[in-house]
Amino acid sequence: MNNQKRKIDFLQGNDAIVEGAILAGCRFFAGYPITPSSEIMESMAKKLPLIGGVFIQMEDELGSIAAAIGASLTGLKAMTATSGPGFSLMQENIGLAIMCEVPIVIVNVMRGGPSTGLPTKASQADIMQTRWGHHGDGEVIALAPWSVQECLDLTIKAFNLAEEYRTPVIVLSDAILAHLREVVTIPNPEEIEIIERKRPKTPPEEFIPFKADETLVPPMAVLGEGYRVHYTGLSHDEHGYPTDDPENYRKLIERITAKIRKNADKIVSWDTKYIEDAELVLISYGSSARAALQSCIEARKQGYNVGFLKLTTIWPFPEKTVKKIAETVSKMLVLEQNMGQVVHLVKEATEGKAEVEFYSKVGGEPFLPQEILKQIRRIMK
Amino acid sequence: MKISPVRKYLREDRLPTIFCPGCGVGMIINATITALDQLKIDFKKTVMVSGIGCAGRIPGYIKVDSLHATHGRAIAYATGIKLANPELNVIVFTGDGDTGAIGISHFVHAARRNIDIKVICVNNLNYALTGGQFSPTTPKGAWTYTSPYGNIEGFFDLCELAVAAGASYVARWTVREIFSLVRSIKKAMKKKGFCFIEVISPCPTNFGRRNKMETSQELIRFFKEREISVKDAQGLSREEIRGKLIIGEFIDRELPEYTETYKELILVSQKRFKEPEKPGLAWIELEIRY
Ligand SMILES: Cc1ncc(C[n+]2csc(CCOP(=O)(O)OP(=O)(O)O)c2C)c(N)n1
Ligand code: SF4
Repeated sequence: MNNQKRKIDFLQGNDAIVEGAILAGCRFFAGYPITPSSEIMESMAKKLPLIGGVFIQMEDELGSIAAAIGASLTGLKAMTATSGPGFSLMQENIGLAIMCEVPIVIVNVMRGGPSTGLPTKASQADIMQTRWGHHGDGEVIALAPWSVQECLDLTIKAFNLAEEYRTPVIVLSDAILAHLREVVTIPNPEEIEIIERKRPKTPPEEFIPFKADETLVPPMAVLGEGYRVHYTGLSHDEHGYPTDDPENYRKLIERITAKIRKNADKIVSWDTKYIEDAELVLISYGSSARAALQSCIEARKQGYNVGFLKLTTIWPFPEKTVKKIAETVSKMLVLEQNMGQVVHLVKEATEGKAEVEFYSKVGGEPFLPQEILKQIRRIMK
Repeated sequence: MKISPVRKYLREDRLPTIFCPGCGVGMIINATITALDQLKIDFKKTVMVSGIGCAGRIPGYIKVDSLHATHGRAIAYATGIKLANPELNVIVFTGDGDTGAIGISHFVHAARRNIDIKVICVNNLNYALTGGQFSPTTPKGAWTYTSPYGNIEGFFDLCELAVAAGASYVARWTVREIFSLVRSIKKAMKKKGFCFIEVISPCPTNFGRRNKMETSQELIRFFKEREISVKDAQGLSREEIRGKLIIGEFIDRELPEYTETYKELILVSQKRFKEPEKPGLAWIELEIRY
């Protein structure tokens, strides 16, 4: 590895996402402008033509995600980016990508809702929508960067996961990270691990498009290769043909769920600090985790045994990690910018082994370390 | 027994289809495959995309790469497919509700961009798959489950809309004019640009039955009585063409196509990047009309 050759830049979160996407091989972007995500599409509009990629501004977010999924079906790595209202509009077609097992990356730069809400300010209130926004069962993968560097790194990871598991992957950024400028190290293309979707090894006559091996992820033939695959959002059999047979449907849903759940240990990532001697662990993610870590460090200076857990993967939820920590600490404090979403997941994961407290801040302003310190003192007095 | 040349393009393992006896969809599948076969179109390089509805089920019966997407979004999916791989022939099958209601924005904007997608709209004058509710093209006065006192909305002319939006080729036929339909599909396939072909198609089950037309023969007679050619309709006033079904070619013109223009943009952007001092937009004439 050659550190000198790496480019160092001063970027905002939205631009870092674009850098990451292009490094990951993204060559198709479709979008519709919305604050605070628009810089992503503006930057894509500038950069993609220069490398022979495709940029299109669609007529709405329904069209954006549809075009991106269509592009992915032809073998291109495709992405769209949006914020709250646009993310809501995308849900039905995210469901199609889950059902047809199409790799796709969606960036949701979270802002305050519901409705038009707080367009220019941050929130973390789309956690549950990310997982349950589309109708029906099915899993998604969601990653939440907490720094501009992670905006870049996790976007690369998002493409890799999308390709590996043939599924939509959502990058959950927020309005603070979107416009925050930080120093970023841009890796050299040679040092990045790039995962490509599995392709068929059998000739078209023998190919069964939705038959998976033990990985549960079937190889993917792309449009125009001669495999003549039928993709449908209807319940389908291994041949891709529609059927409402209950047993077939159960098998299909079990497989597309299990391909994520069974690999959760491989997919999830998180960071911890000062866990060993902690009595109280702060749990946070995204931009909120920054203040949480600050307050943790400050609290330790003041003699409180506080630890810190930053969730990097939100879906699948790192429940084993949370559970393990809950076995060693007595209390947990979940910090998020919403009225309580991840806190429910933490409570479920701890199975009552630790007391779970919740402190939220809604209104678009970031947490201040002093506010969190106050909570720490209250809990640990 | 003579086996139809169409048969070899069908997914025989999926037959019989879900379509009702007397449905017009079969004739439209036949016409499409005949046109593609006559042109010797490479089916391996052809992708068929559809939304949700009876018409949406068409691609699943044909041996091509196909996507049966979500209601209204077929044209948006097709836009992504065509742009990502302009080598592919992209054909969309859609219903009147799919295109004229829930998906109308994608239809209008794809026509505006003039992207090289061929849309075949099966207009059966109602929402058929959901059991027969009125659509934007249901005739005034017609009985459907959601117009139990007669439809108070009128027939929406999707062809006029496609012309106004900027499509390269637009035509409407009924299933009566099957040879004209085949000719139109062939013309569209050879054309570079957005092509919209509307086919008025009998739905005896959900439209005919409820409007005193039990069979597709009666429906076809109903179409025949109202047909008027684009040419004959020309000099007539709005009043005079009310209740008529205008058939024929609405437009056939050469316009810049989107994926071609995009290829130019790639070249221009790369050149501009190397010569950043050049002021913007000079490469394109500012046009407000085609
Ligand atoms: C978002 C959404 N809304 C409603 C439906 C239910 N739905 C399925 S098909 C259809 C109408 C179909 O009418 P049309 O597009 O004219 O096609 P046809 O069945 O007549 O061929 C509707 C309303 C749906 N599938 N998705
Ligand atoms: S309901 Fe109508 S359109 Fe649908 S298959 Fe039957 S006849 Fe055809």
